[in-house]
Amino acid sequence: MATTEEIRADLADIVNEVAGVDADDVQLDKSFVDDLDVDSLSMVEVVVAAEEKFGVTIPDDEVKNLKTVGDAVAFIERSQG
Amino acid sequence: MAPITAPTGAPHARIMGMGSYRPTRLVPNSEVVDAIDSSDEWIQQRSGIKTRRWAGPDESVQMMSVEASRTAIERAGLTAAEIDCVVVATVSHLLQTPAVATAIAHELGTDGAAAFDISAACAGFCHGIAMASDMVRAGSAKHVLVIGVERLTDILDLTDRGTAFIFADGAGAAVVGPSDTPAIGPVVWGSDGEQFDLIRQREDWRDVVGSDDQPGSGVMPHLTMQGNPVFRWASFAMAKVGQQALDVAGVSIDELDVFVPHQANMRIIDAMARSMKLPASVRIARDVADQGNSSAASIPLALDRMMLEGEARSGDTALLIAFGAGLAYAAQVVTVP
Repeated sequence: MATTEEIRADLADIVNEVAGVDADDVQLDKSFVDDLDVDSLSMVEVVVAAEEKFGVTIPDDEVKNLKTVGDAVAFIERSQG
Repeated sequence: MAPITAPTGAPHARIMGMGSYRPTRLVPNSEVVDAIDSSDEWIQQRSGIKTRRWAGPDESVQMMSVEASRTAIERAGLTAAEIDCVVVATVSHLLQTPAVATAIAHELGTDGAAAFDISAACAGFCHGIAMASDMVRAGSAKHVLVIGVERLTDILDLTDRGTAFIFADGAGAAVVGPSDTPAIGPVVWGSDGEQFDLIRQREDWRDVVGSDDQPGSGVMPHLTMQGNPVFRWASFAMAKVGQQALDVAGVSIDELDVFVPHQANMRIIDAMARSMKLPASVRIARDVADQGNSSAASIPLALDRMMLEGEARSGDTALLIAFGAGLAYAAQVVTVP
């Protein structure tokens, strides 16, 4: 099982690649939209890359609930169960 | 059973010449923002679109098609009389029947060429190229004129935040004819009707007109689109289709010179390029920034521009990939004429 920190770090790399955000800024308490300036289209790219990286499925309906990096990491942890 | 003579065609097919027509009116974001309560910055960030071409009253589907076609036929080194089939890809010729292709064939001065329209929305041009290539190789036609043309402003809701700033008008044309060597690769195409509603005409014409019992809306049935799911499909599923088109053509990604995806949205183009891991050496069509999304016309407009500006040179290997309402898609590798 990957740790919370490992998932966060991998997710940070994805956000960096998709949206050009400094990976060190991608911390659990950060909001994708308000803090990291990741808009809805970039969020789609992040989600698709995360699905491949972590082997999970993130339905469109769920994406709107993933407001912070912590929300996304928690969802991935639950999905990996 | 009487013996039937089998048709005979050319060994291979190629694109012989391209042409395009852009409406004269260039519309900046500042002209569309008020009706959708938006801003130039938001539109550019969301789509990469700075301006779009919108047709004037005299720039009809037929007029734009004829202008683009005359150039394509001339560049192919042919006369209109040598065109024996005209295929028009469009969803915005608002006369249900007959096909606009017959009027175009007549105005161009073909000798009664076979002529018909196809409806595959933004994917229409690549469908047309695939059919034309097969017709030439099978012997159904020697020189096929494929036109992608739209006047989407006629079916655009200028108050719809999801579409008003995206769509545009224009025409592009290609002449496909015989070749001694392969110059149009196998098509990779398909559809996903489960997502029929993602991009569509909002309502059926009968609901517009209504009946005695049920009065119609009386309003033009505009285009509607669900942006995020379309973005996901286009950026990722279509990147895989692009790779498949390279694979079936036997072309490696390092051998690719030019990438001409449907000019839907710069964000989709960028995401596809990332997803396909295109080498930096591949020149990518980015006509959408100035032209907007002109659906079936977008690929020939973009490729023709790259040729005129020296970004695509004769003999270059180009990947064309078109995708849109249906959902429908088609992709093939071609040699730039």
